[in-house]
Amino acid sequence: QKEGPRSLTMSGHVGFESLPDQLVNRSIQQGFCFNILCVGETGIGKSTLIDTLFNTNFEDHESSHFYPHVRLKAQTYELQESNVRLKLTIVNTVGFGDQINKEESYQPIVDYIDAQFEAYLQEELKIKRSLFNYHDSRVHVCLYFISPTGHSLKTLDLLAMKSLDSKVNIIPVIAKADAISKTELQKFKIKLMSELVSNGVQIYHFPTDDETIAKINASMNGHLPFAVVGSMDEVKVGNKMVKARQYPWGVVQVENENHCDFVKLREMLICTNMEDLRDQTHTRHYELYRRRKLEEMGFMDVGPENQPLSLQETYEAKRHEFYGERQRKEEEMKQLFVQRVKEKEAILKEAEREA
Amino acid sequence: MTSAASTHISPELELPVDGDMVQKGPELLTLPAFPTTFPAPATSATEAAPSSAGEMADTPRDASLKQPPMPRNEKAPVDFGYVGIDSILEQMRRKAMKQGFEFNIMVVGQSGLGKSTLINTLFKSKISRKSVQPTSEERIPKTIEIKSITHDIEEKGVRMKLTVIDTPGFGDHINNENCWQPIMKFINDQYEKYLQEEVNINRKKRIPDTRVHCCLYFIPATGHSYVPRRALGLAWGHLLCGGRNMGRFWWVVQFASCTVPTSLLSGPQITADLLSNGIDVYPQKEFDEDSEDRLVNEKFREMIPFAVVGSDHEYQVNGKRILGRKTKWGTIEGNG
Repeated sequence: QKEGPRSLTMSGHVGFESLPDQLVNRSIQQGFCFNILCVGETGIGKSTLIDTLFNTNFEDHESSHFYPHVRLKAQTYELQESNVRLKLTIVNTVGFGDQINKEESYQPIVDYIDAQFEAYLQEELKIKRSLFNYHDSRVHVCLYFISPTGHSLKTLDLLAMKSLDSKVNIIPVIAKADAISKTELQKFKIKLMSELVSNGVQIYHFPTDDETIAKINASMNGHLPFAVVGSMDEVKVGNKMVKARQYPWGVVQVENENHCDFVKLREMLICTNMEDLRDQTHTRHYELYRRRKLEEMGFMDVGPENQPLSLQETYEAKRHEFYGERQRKEEEMKQLFVQRVKEKEAILKEAEREA
Repeated sequence: MTSAASTHISPELELPVDGDMVQKGPELLTLPAFPTTFPAPATSATEAAPSSAGEMADTPRDASLKQPPMPRNEKAPVDFGYVGIDSILEQMRRKAMKQGFEFNIMVVGQSGLGKSTLINTLFKSKISRKSVQPTSEERIPKTIEIKSITHDIEEKGVRMKLTVIDTPGFGDHINNENCWQPIMKFINDQYEKYLQEEVNINRKKRIPDTRVHCCLYFIPATGHSYVPRRALGLAWGHLLCGGRNMGRFWWVVQFASCTVPTSLLSGPQITADLLSNGIDVYPQKEFDEDSEDRLVNEKFREMIPFAVVGSDHEYQVNGKRILGRKTKWGTIEGNG
């Protein structure tokens, strides 16, 4: 017998208000996972931006421009800040936009994302599974680097983003923002956003349903795409050393909000919405992939006559079918074999008689 | 204070030309802790100076940086070393508060042991309606029923959906064979329901969790050794735990009728009995995650089975209002 939930007031302190703390403590022990995919042309500043975001020099290797195909390179790092351990995976596209014929450029990216979803699905469908210890490699966010021409989106960018928007959270960024002037930047941003909207590209919007962060997220949504500058070099400004790029005509400071949107990006990506990005990836993009994959395999939730079908029943039915098929084929082959033997016998007998 | 951030980078993988798609890079690269100085003095520039001697374990240095993180609502001055990774804890907490929690607790034991009273005392409200004693036929149901009652409770912003599952009729009949069957079926059914939901193609965002998280098993305090109830309880516990670590059990003894020395005696004996029959009680030893956990859990294990007194009547003792049971020789305080 079940009754609907009723509200209850307690007459004293029970103590389950510590439940969120218990959850957080357990998560601290387990550690966190975050996977960033950077898509952009060679030399546009992907690695530098990631270095600047996490304040670490991850690698010094400059990519060459001469790869015949687009490849993805994934590297995993363990970072720690105060008591939080983060397993960060950075996936870089190597050779994107370098080929003469760019038709195959974005397919490898789509394949990579699908492969991560597939790996997770396999783990989930296992009988003896350990999702707790599973190193989640699904891509949580895709930073798409747009080159600062000041005109509009390139066709390659449009096509790539269109094919990725249903699989991953896309945050477009304008790279090398110090190459574009203030007025041009405004026009560029407006142009970009209108092009994305008119082409139906679903980029990631920061969530505005939680009151504590709704205001700041809403205002940040208005600044998309972020114009960023990355640099790990330090320049003396005033009496401080700041991360900046030094030009003959001046210094572009990375963490100065008047110069570029780097701080906004860091704030949004890491400080405010990291958990939401992971959540969206799991509940929206992964579920979509899973549904498509299972439907492809022929499983359905509702059978004929609208009776709910369970996965086990469908699986059993399919297995049955498969065995039936196999049985039939075996029979066929047996018949064929017997017939051939008979024929051979007849021929041999003929030969004997003649001889 | 600058910390030499030394990075061990394994030799770069040469990208083969034959069209390999994904290069899973080298294994985990552990970077030493960020210099988390709040607020940062102006000299805390992070130099990434690769040095050959790498220090991976920064524990002695961490010990000196035990400053509380900056409150998020202030627009903090931008710090050099601060990236903001630890704000994910705050994000998680927010998410948890928004979603709320679900907890399902089952109480098993013969009638009259004080199960409902204990639940009411634990949660300080009238969750279970105690069975008033009408006629004897109505009191004990013919078969074991499983009654589950759900309540929404809230404390300091944390919302919880609490479900109490009662099992009237357990062990009350003359012939108590197989009285644990309905309970096992119920627990299995909840797992089955969850599995079905999980395996659906179109899954719900949040699958409602009706699985039994915890089971309080009430042992009547006879003052003697555990023997008379032994067959009943052990057979049941064995069936439930045998092979599969299903429910999590706290074993509880109803206290009020035994004197202190006897209860002290029977406690360890009960635990020994359980262990010798292969019944695994929460917190299970194999789930201990680290030494700290083990210490805390050992203390609990020593106290199991808990000897409890439940009450929802308030009495005045020494000027305080407490929940307790009043007897001729004194008032037992529930919280004492």
